Amino acid sequence: MIQGKIWKFGDDIDTDVIIPARYLNVSAEAELAKNCFADIRPDFAGGVSVGDILIAGKNFGCGSSREHAPIAIKAAGIRVIVAESFARIFYRNAFNIGLPLLESMEASRGLSDADGEDAAVDLAAGRIEGRGQVFSARPIPDFMAKLIDAGGLVDYIRKEKIGK
Amino acid sequence: MSMTITEKILAVHAGRDHVLPGDLIEAKVDMALANDVTAPLAIKVFREIGVERVFDTDKITLVADHFVPNKDIASAEQVKIVREFAGQQGLKNYFEGGQSGIEHVILPEKGLVLPGQLIVGADSHTCTYGALGAFSTGVGSTDLGAVMATGEIWLKVPPTILLRYEGSLQPHVGGKDLILHTIGLLGVEGALYCAMEFAGGVISRLPMHQRFTMSNMAIEAGGKNGIMEPDETTLAYVAERTSLKPDIFRSDPDAQYEKVIDINVDGIKPQVALPHLPSNVRPVSEAGDIPIDQVVIGSCTNGWLEDLRDAASILKGRKISPGLRLIIMPGSPLIYKLAMQEGILETFLDAGAVIGPPSCGPCLGGHMGVLASGERAVSTTNRNFVGRMGHPESEVYLANPFVAAASAVLGKVGGPDEL
Repeated sequence: MIQGKIWKFGDDIDTDVIIPARYLNVSAEAELAKNCFADIRPDFAGGVSVGDILIAGKNFGCGSSREHAPIAIKAAGIRVIVAESFARIFYRNAFNIGLPLLESMEASRGLSDADGEDAAVDLAAGRIEGRGQVFSARPIPDFMAKLIDAGGLVDYIRKEKIGK
Repeated sequence: MSMTITEKILAVHAGRDHVLPGDLIEAKVDMALANDVTAPLAIKVFREIGVERVFDTDKITLVADHFVPNKDIASAEQVKIVREFAGQQGLKNYFEGGQSGIEHVILPEKGLVLPGQLIVGADSHTCTYGALGAFSTGVGSTDLGAVMATGEIWLKVPPTILLRYEGSLQPHVGGKDLILHTIGLLGVEGALYCAMEFAGGVISRLPMHQRFTMSNMAIEAGGKNGIMEPDETTLAYVAERTSLKPDIFRSDPDAQYEKVIDINVDGIKPQVALPHLPSNVRPVSEAGDIPIDQVVIGSCTNGWLEDLRDAASILKGRKISPGLRLIIMPGSPLIYKLAMQEGILETFLDAGAVIGPPSCGPCLGGHMGVLASGERAVSTTNRNFVGRMGHPESEVYLANPFVAAASAVLGKVGGPDEL
């Protein structure tokens, strides 16, 4: 069970605003985390705690393929992102680095003004709790669940491909 | 069993007779690409996986193009990581400096990408090569690192949206306007997880560079790839650049599509995407009175020689608006040289432009043309997100090279008709 504070974002949050290009001249996780959402949510990097939950609207992570975006979010402390939908490269990247995503229109809309409130997420059950309500998410596809169980694509490949 | 061109290419690369949308496949990769921003992370992943050598030294291309010429010590260090890795591994295709250029311009130009191939790149605009009739898509650095190690990638077969363009193009309207119009129609997530297949009489008459422009921006509608069937134009382009044989795939007449959209182009005028989404599109003539500070002509979307010719045809004998900055960035050293030989660069300089080196530069607010707070730019690039070209309170307006050049003269967002 993941328990933390909600950080709420809207629709079409692109990877340029998740981590602006001017911070891409480094790839150290801690550096990226420091500048996460620097332009649209300057209080994020300083205020986020390990275990917090990011909730967004449609098409989260659109635009540039920069993996620095999910890395920055994960390194900042976010342990799961719940959104109505995700852009596909971001979706791959997040699971590849071991950051789980849940697609839930009802949670995205039901908690649209719950920024800063507490929430809990049960990944395996696809359940999000907040404001005394329970929301369900689409089940994580089997292959993605395997990636998360393995700790990401690197460990999955080491186990499934190179090891064999 | 009938299949689309996307399904056929994926099936062949997965060693299967056929695939269906939704199938999860492991596919062999013909070309893997990364740049100075994404390669360092991919190299880190490659090392973590723990294999000694890349899967094929001919099938990986690394290009230094985002923050080049290196803008600061940190970016120079990133390029150094890439250069040293390419040297250690003996990669055939590492490009930097005068050999380099914008990745999505130089890979086609050097004949490194071909019809029928499966191409993945750690850059979202890798979808550009769909214009050649290849399956080509953007991935992240972890995916790319894994591909460098194994030569394979897992992919979910996308459903295809067929977009058919018929009619006659109006003056100063081309591939950029067609794709902006399409993104406006679909929205920035309208093709999420889908293949976009561009077809119809208009596409078959489009020159190659405008086809690249269209496929390039498939990602701006959320598309996984943006593909076109190869034809005589494609094959002539490829034959001039490589002796390697292309694999020609075409969609079956009874292939299954998620959606078929027919677009009549007769009424499409030069388009502009207003801040802050590429889908916020309208005809330039309806943009209103928007004064601008900068114009950028170049990028993987519109940095082709023909794009520069289009811009020069507007700027010939004219001066840009006083106080405005016009930045031209040719897509490759070859394009730069040809533009010089044709006198196009002189036209730009006489008009008051600055000519930069082939680089992604200002498109992503990297360097060589970053905007201050409150500034506005018309740009031939592909994204106008908040802060994309610099300060979060700056604005980017996306348009074709004719419109960008006309806007530079007018000092405001405007088309060639207003000159």
